[in-house]
Amino acid sequence: SPARELTQNPLQKTWEPYDNGLPAGHSAQRGVCMTNCPTLIVMVGLPARGKTYISKKLTRYLNWIGVPTKEFNVGQYRRDLVKKYKSFEFFLPDNEEGLKIRKQCALAALNDVRQYLSEENGHVAVFDATNTTRERRETIYKFGEENGYKTFFVESVCVDPEVIAANIVQVKLGSPDYVNCSNDEATEDFMKRIECYKNSYETLDETLDKDLSYIKIMDVGRSYLVNRVMDHIQSRIVYYLMNIHVTPRSIYLCRHGESELNLKGRIGGDPGLSVRGKEFAKSLAQFINEQNIKDLKVWTSQMKRTIQTAEALGVPYEQWKVLNEIDAGVCEEMTYEEIQENYPLEFALRDQDKYRYRYPKGESYEDLVQRLEPVIMELERQENVLVICHQAVMRCLLAYFLDKPAEQLPYLKCPLHTVLKLTPVAYG
Amino acid sequence: AWASYMTNSPTLIVMIGLPARGKTYVSKKLTRYLNWIGVPTKVFNLGVYRREAVKSYKSYDFFRHDNKEAMEIRKRCALVALEDVKAYLLEECGQIAVRLFLAKHGFPSGFCAAQGVFFVESVCDDPEVIAANILEVKVSSPDYPERNRENVMDDFLKRIECYKVTYQPLDPDAYDKDLSFIKVINVGQRFLVNRVQDYIQSKIVYYLMNIHVQPRTIYLCRHGESEYNLVGKIGGDSGLSPRGKQFSQALKKFIEEQEIVDLKVWTSQLKRTIQTAESLGVTYEQWKILNEIDAGICEEMTYAEIEAKYPDEFALRDQEKYLYRYPGGESYQDLVQRLEPVIMELERQGNVLVISHQAVMRCLVAYFLDKSADELPYLRCPLHTILKLTPVAYGCKVETITLNVEAVNTHRDKPSLNASNLPASQTPVRMRRNSFTPRASADTVKRPRHYSVGSKPLDLLGPLPSLE
Repeated sequence: SPARELTQNPLQKTWEPYDNGLPAGHSAQRGVCMTNCPTLIVMVGLPARGKTYISKKLTRYLNWIGVPTKEFNVGQYRRDLVKKYKSFEFFLPDNEEGLKIRKQCALAALNDVRQYLSEENGHVAVFDATNTTRERRETIYKFGEENGYKTFFVESVCVDPEVIAANIVQVKLGSPDYVNCSNDEATEDFMKRIECYKNSYETLDETLDKDLSYIKIMDVGRSYLVNRVMDHIQSRIVYYLMNIHVTPRSIYLCRHGESELNLKGRIGGDPGLSVRGKEFAKSLAQFINEQNIKDLKVWTSQMKRTIQTAEALGVPYEQWKVLNEIDAGVCEEMTYEEIQENYPLEFALRDQDKYRYRYPKGESYEDLVQRLEPVIMELERQENVLVICHQAVMRCLLAYFLDKPAEQLPYLKCPLHTVLKLTPVAYG
Repeated sequence: AWASYMTNSPTLIVMIGLPARGKTYVSKKLTRYLNWIGVPTKVFNLGVYRREAVKSYKSYDFFRHDNKEAMEIRKRCALVALEDVKAYLLEECGQIAVRLFLAKHGFPSGFCAAQGVFFVESVCDDPEVIAANILEVKVSSPDYPERNRENVMDDFLKRIECYKVTYQPLDPDAYDKDLSFIKVINVGQRFLVNRVQDYIQSKIVYYLMNIHVQPRTIYLCRHGESEYNLVGKIGGDSGLSPRGKQFSQALKKFIEEQEIVDLKVWTSQLKRTIQTAESLGVTYEQWKILNEIDAGICEEMTYAEIEAKYPDEFALRDQEKYLYRYPGGESYQDLVQRLEPVIMELERQGNVLVISHQAVMRCLVAYFLDKSADELPYLRCPLHTILKLTPVAYGCKVETITLNVEAVNTHRDKPSLNASNLPASQTPVRMRRNSFTPRASADTVKRPRHYSVGSKPLDLLGPLPSLE
């Protein structure tokens, strides 16, 4: 049979075969890691070990790189079922009523997992609960097998009392469970809650659990034990988890100062700063000095306007080509009016789906996200960083940190001469 | 920015493990990867030093831990090797030295502690894996020039026993808990990672966790001849010519004859590679990052047109083809950075056919065959030719298969160096200020250290143009 004809998708500029009766799925877009079967990530660990923190962060990262992911927090199911939390006694190992309710919640959550992965086109589900017994993990693993999911365990082990105390202060005191308690009461109750789990806690074991796929995180990332990574997505997850940290720090995001082309209303190009842009660069230098930031790293793109802005700071900076502004292809250096006049169809298509729209011979926001992934990974590894970039690029970075979906990303407000200071706190 | 400048201080990677645990395999592979992404790396293999000191190997008795004379020789070799490591890192501006260091890990305390030290230990207790390793690489070692297989196996197993007596594996819970290391267990089934200090160690860990030793084959080829190829235009997004379509059919036949198990097929997002894949009638994946190098303002021009319209650019490119970036486009160096996720995924996969483009294919071939940045842009990757790569021992076996379909020749050799070719008003090559020129593992030419932008200015071909 002759090769199929190709047609170019007008929005994404990708070549697709005509649909003429041949089986679908012949040509897949390598957007990001393609998984053939859904993945179930199962958190494991005593309370206050960072499981929810990791779940939320991992979910945010996977969604940003384009892998539909959702987290399922069993504690939330419990709060919905048992309207009012009384005390740690609910979690005592011999509390029959409590055990019944908790099992019910776990099963309800698993049911929602099944719906998400098998019916709603989810790729990854993160099951956030203590899952501290082998028996519970067996149940979940079987559930995964029955439904055709690959299961990957993420265990967080920590014995440092300072870390645990800090976690409790950060996220437990403000929990709905303790809304009417003083801080001391809440802390005391929570410590007793942890004790309830300790006796039955069975950590992932090198011998007993040797056939499972998992990563064991020790002491907030001091060391890791990784067992049987099965596929691309698990490998990416492991890499991500090994690069994140919890050391307090701030990330500053801003655009270059106003450029000559900005003044003319033209997009793209490689212009220098306008007079006002140079003023901004000086103000930025002053601002940075006043902030008194420890060991600040400064990153720019390889375009003149960001480099000129950084030069005014008088500190070492690093240039990243991948921080360059979105490539507008044939529309480079045009005004929006000119684009509308010369390429009315393109102009309309862009408004239709701004995230996926790719400029002819240029890029889309979706391409930009893929291009920026190494920046995000390195931002996770670093501490205090100032990123001087561009409008579309800044939108992508901001969407990652603030967990904004693809539909909102291209419309995030990132005006010139404005610095966004991001400080990680609690779960966000 | 790319990997090289991120590693401002040199790193010493120390391999640990009993013989036949894959240390040399991992060293060479890791070194090849690091050099390819632009981090100057070199291997210092103690076995080589020992073989120079003791001209002829007699038997495993040399390795007995109570053989005092041999111990002296081995210690001296270790110290000489360390001196060479120091020289490489400090004087030759290498970034990473990979040292094979066998059982004992008592490090000579005199060694400069300021450098980052990262240990890579390979632990294996599967006798089948060990036997396979011995057969694959030890039987052909210079130590065993004439022995038959059984004798070699026997002697080598006894050699391993000599080391086992004094082997102290890395102990993450107590003795070695402050060291930075990765313990690779049973050829990648399990990993223990401790105290990763920096970016380069993190990349090394990621790489080691993605490689495997399962036998498989990688096929690299370009799209079939395109309409633009016929008229000598570079870049663009043209379709296949009639001969190109012929090639696609021939490719399909070739693939079927190879009878490859679970073959994955990857293309770029440009029409010509997709059309080629369509003929195969199998599922394929499109990768945007496999697109041909972006020639910027020179897109869709012929070389003659470029020479006429942009003579300075044309001359610059021939001067430094690896680093040269087309205005508004890319350089080979940019391409390598862009292709890194492809390489990582190729390492993870089994049998793969990658249908790409000339510059892209050159970058991929350079990775697998350990070619330096100087050679990379001139590697021969003609149309209608398939490169079949099979990992073997410490490298890659290459087979070139020409499917008998005629095509134009798109290759340009490096023109002979002629001073009069260079334009009078020469601007310095537009190089990125903070990156190393990569080299293949065997390269020993001295290169100056580059500093992060803003610290020490770069001065390779004169001052860089001012930004004002």
